[in-house]
Amino acid sequence: MTTNVLVRAENVHKSFGLIEVLKGINLEVNSGEVVCLLGASGSGKSTFLRCINHLETLSNGRIWVGDKVVGYRQDGDRLYELSDKEAAKQRRSIGMVFQRFNLFPHMTVLENIIEGPVLVNRVKTAEAKRHASELLARVGLEGREHSYPRQLSGGQQQRVAIARALAMKPELILFDEPTSALDPELVGEVLDVMKDLAKSGLTMIVVTHEIGFAKEVADRVAFMHGGEIVEIGPPAEVLGNPQHDRTKAFLSRVF
Amino acid sequence: MNTQTEPNVTGAASVDLKIVPRRHIGRWVGAAAVVLLLVWLGVSFSRAKIDWPTVQEYLTVPVLIQGIGVALLLTAVAMALGLILGVVSAVMRLSKNPVVSGVAWLYIWVFRGTPVYLQLLMWFNLALIFPVIGIPGLYSGRMIDVLTPFVAASIGLGLNQGAYTSEVVRGGILSVDEGQTEAAQAVGMTRLQAMRRIVLPQAMRVIIPPVGNEVIGMLKTTSLASAIGVSEILSEAQHIYYVNNRIMELLIVCAVWYLGAVSVLSIGQFYLERYFAKGSSSRQLPLTPFQRLKSIFGTNRKALS
Ligand SMILES: Nc1ncnc2c1ncn2[C@@H]1O[C@H](COP(=O)(O)OP(=O)(O)O)[C@@H](O)[C@H]1O
Ligand SMILES: [Mg+2]
Repeated sequence: MTTNVLVRAENVHKSFGLIEVLKGINLEVNSGEVVCLLGASGSGKSTFLRCINHLETLSNGRIWVGDKVVGYRQDGDRLYELSDKEAAKQRRSIGMVFQRFNLFPHMTVLENIIEGPVLVNRVKTAEAKRHASELLARVGLEGREHSYPRQLSGGQQQRVAIARALAMKPELILFDEPTSALDPELVGEVLDVMKDLAKSGLTMIVVTHEIGFAKEVADRVAFMHGGEIVEIGPPAEVLGNPQHDRTKAFLSRVF
Repeated sequence: MNTQTEPNVTGAASVDLKIVPRRHIGRWVGAAAVVLLLVWLGVSFSRAKIDWPTVQEYLTVPVLIQGIGVALLLTAVAMALGLILGVVSAVMRLSKNPVVSGVAWLYIWVFRGTPVYLQLLMWFNLALIFPVIGIPGLYSGRMIDVLTPFVAASIGLGLNQGAYTSEVVRGGILSVDEGQTEAAQAVGMTRLQAMRRIVLPQAMRVIIPPVGNEVIGMLKTTSLASAIGVSEILSEAQHIYYVNNRIMELLIVCAVWYLGAVSVLSIGQFYLERYFAKGSSSRQLPLTPFQRLKSIFGTNRKALS
């Protein structure tokens, strides 16, 4: 694989008021790579993920996706925040899957999936529907086009949410604890879909507590603590032979 | 009923027992009492000094039908204006820009804080302080020509309504989970697109019932417009009874027309609510009146109770 960097975070800081939540994060993710972010609750994983598609502003540092700085325009030594419209345009190529699915409850499964492509990318409705049906088949939900989200199980809803993200043909998908809100018996079906995506070469950054998934699917695992990445490397190293005390403590609690 | 004393549950369960739903005796007794009361009321009114033929005669008088038409038209125009202003000012109030939200706050403060009657009078008399109206170079005219009673009433009632609707809409928007906006933004929508396509349709479920009430309230409030010379039904009725002195008869005619109009509006509201409830739950769509009647008096087990 050629090392073609897709995401580059450089010295990312984020404060909410006086509280510094991210304290200088550096991370490079190659195209086609799957990186899992582990860490205790409150360590800043979600915040970092939300910075990558500019749902949060940065206090310092920069994040590139592709050749563009996310959310800002650099002019000399200054970064000017983009307008809402420009930021929205950047987000088209960055998918996101949420812990609580966040499907649009007033729309059917099909409408959920085609909304972005039709409204934002101006894809023809017929074409978007055809693509949506393909994606539904891919996540194992063929024929559920006309169900409403509330009629589906959590695992099915999350798979629809994944199809919704894929419909925008993103170059990167961010997953924020996609299985944490699911009943244990439904976790597997969502992870299976994600494994399939990873194999297909999609670039993924996955916040998860599923160590098994990280071990099997991730190219690299990053462990976050207190707003910093304290350890990063191949899963066998980070999970099998952790160096940092915090990683050791965390893993001993999870297993 | 199973009268067996032995705890042989499996044996009893295999028998197909007919399930008899609860009989609603109280409802039948209550309904009978109400019917009696209505009959009594009906009898007393028919014996009162009301000339029913006059009522019947005036029920179809063109000026009165026109009058209720004007009331309905004014309701529609003022409500449309109120809804637009309400949605816009609610979105403005939720803006992060303090100037934008401040302007919306000021609008609500002024128009909710003064009586609508006073506001109507002010709009109607605007010509006293601004005799001419116009856009420099494009148009100019006399204020009294532009601000006819109907226009003044539409603006006055609409602006007042907007201030109230704004708060209703704001509550509706706030009732929608923040995650919905984020999910919409994550597929590349702007905040405004997310508001229009994702948040507002869901907020509608919360917004429609109170706005429906306000439409009905507005229909009745239009009678205030008679104060500035709008020929709606009540003022037309007054013109008639000043002459023929059939006061109660004409008021009853008005009441009948208002009730009829409100009933039609309520039906509209009902189906609108049903429409916006879609997706909220697969089973709990409100029942149509026919389904409801069946459930109240019938022994249908799937019904409400
Ligand atoms: N919008 C916010 N305002 C204030 N504090 C926040 C906000 N979002 C997150 N935080 C704080 O930032 C810290 C990191 O949160 P988060 O990124 O959600 O952690 P994680 O996803 O690792 O559990 C937490 O202490 C949390 O309380
Ligand atoms: Mg989190």
